[in-house]
Amino acid sequence: MSSEDRPLTGAIFEESAVLTVRDLSLLCAVEERHIVEYVEEGVLHVAEVSASEWHFTGAALRRTRLALRLERDLELNLAGVALALQLIEELEHLRGKLEARR
Amino acid sequence: MEFKDYYKVMGVARDATEAQIKQAYRKLARKYHPDVSKEKNAEAHFKEVGEAYEVLKSPEKRAAYDQLGRDHTAGQDFRPPPDFGSGFEFSGAGDSSYSDFFDSLFGGQARAGSRSARGASRPGRGEDHHAKVLLDLDATLHGGARPFTLRVPEIDAEGRLVSKERTLNVQVPKGILAGQNIRLAGQGARAPGEGTPGDLFIEVEFQPHPLYRVDGRDLYLDLPVAPWEAALGATVKAPTPTGTVDLKIPAAAHAGTKLRLKGRGIPASPAGDFYVVLQIALPAANDDKGRAAYLALAQALPFNPRAALGV
Repeated sequence: MSSEDRPLTGAIFEESAVLTVRDLSLLCAVEERHIVEYVEEGVLHVAEVSASEWHFTGAALRRTRLALRLERDLELNLAGVALALQLIEELEHLRGKLEARR
Repeated sequence: MEFKDYYKVMGVARDATEAQIKQAYRKLARKYHPDVSKEKNAEAHFKEVGEAYEVLKSPEKRAAYDQLGRDHTAGQDFRPPPDFGSGFEFSGAGDSSYSDFFDSLFGGQARAGSRSARGASRPGRGEDHHAKVLLDLDATLHGGARPFTLRVPEIDAEGRLVSKERTLNVQVPKGILAGQNIRLAGQGARAPGEGTPGDLFIEVEFQPHPLYRVDGRDLYLDLPVAPWEAALGATVKAPTPTGTVDLKIPAAAHAGTKLRLKGRGIPASPAGDFYVVLQIALPAANDDKGRAAYLALAQALPFNPRAALGV
């Protein structure tokens, strides 16, 4: 049952998904309040506000999971998580540029 | 099974205070955290440190562990004594990736149910699983099925958390980028009873490609050209993901000149671009004919490549 003949198909999550606070909280198994705190602290960015609801892009899932790992493993507070994420992103961007221009 | 010296892993003395242990953990966690670290084997180190901290930060586990430590040294073959842990109560341990040594002492049982304790959960629905795979670039350029071997945590018949290997044949969506996830519905954890299983999220990273470098959705190729091709302009062949193309090199091109082939990068939406970066390759002057040709060029062209340096 493990390796079937016909390959499993799935969509690229980041391209198809529009996520609400509730979606993110369920996907990451955290309280909705925690997601709201992430937005207030600038850890997560709201892509769109519609009908009094926040919408996130699919990429917010990876970001939230990363933030939760940093918070738990490094015992960071929210401001620390926001700073670490910002620096990690900058580093990823620079490493990408470096790689392309090597 | 090998005895693990958690004090050595943490780099603290056996009589270290709780504060010292916490400090050591924070320092090592920052050093080896897989999301932050570029150290070799960061993930393995990080897990080891996490496991050591899990034991040493809890007074009960530490006391139980210390009792054993008196008779064992690191690497020594080890079997837990039958009376281990009696009189100590363990609960709420963390991750699913600790060593057999840890499991033999503190057991998988305590941890099995603890993962969803963090917050929201969907009743009647299995947990989502997350995995990371290293993919060849061709998979996103052309699409196609790839076998992924994943390690999946499962609860066995005795209620213990075990890690099982599982191979899935997955159709890679064309145009997926590094850091993006393939979501496979219903391939996560089974739900208790009649509920729906969770989903499986597979995050993609790329192996280095022999020809192309990747920056987001753009691809880069270093293309060697002869000095006369660069100076006079030429049409040369260049490999691209969609086949060999004839590329027009403009006259007076130099090393580092970047030519863009729009939309020929990773076929995401929108598609990335393909950049050709020119490199000037010099023919060797290892016979008389070659030397004569270089000398003729030197005489015909008064040229100081160091003029800008003022020498």
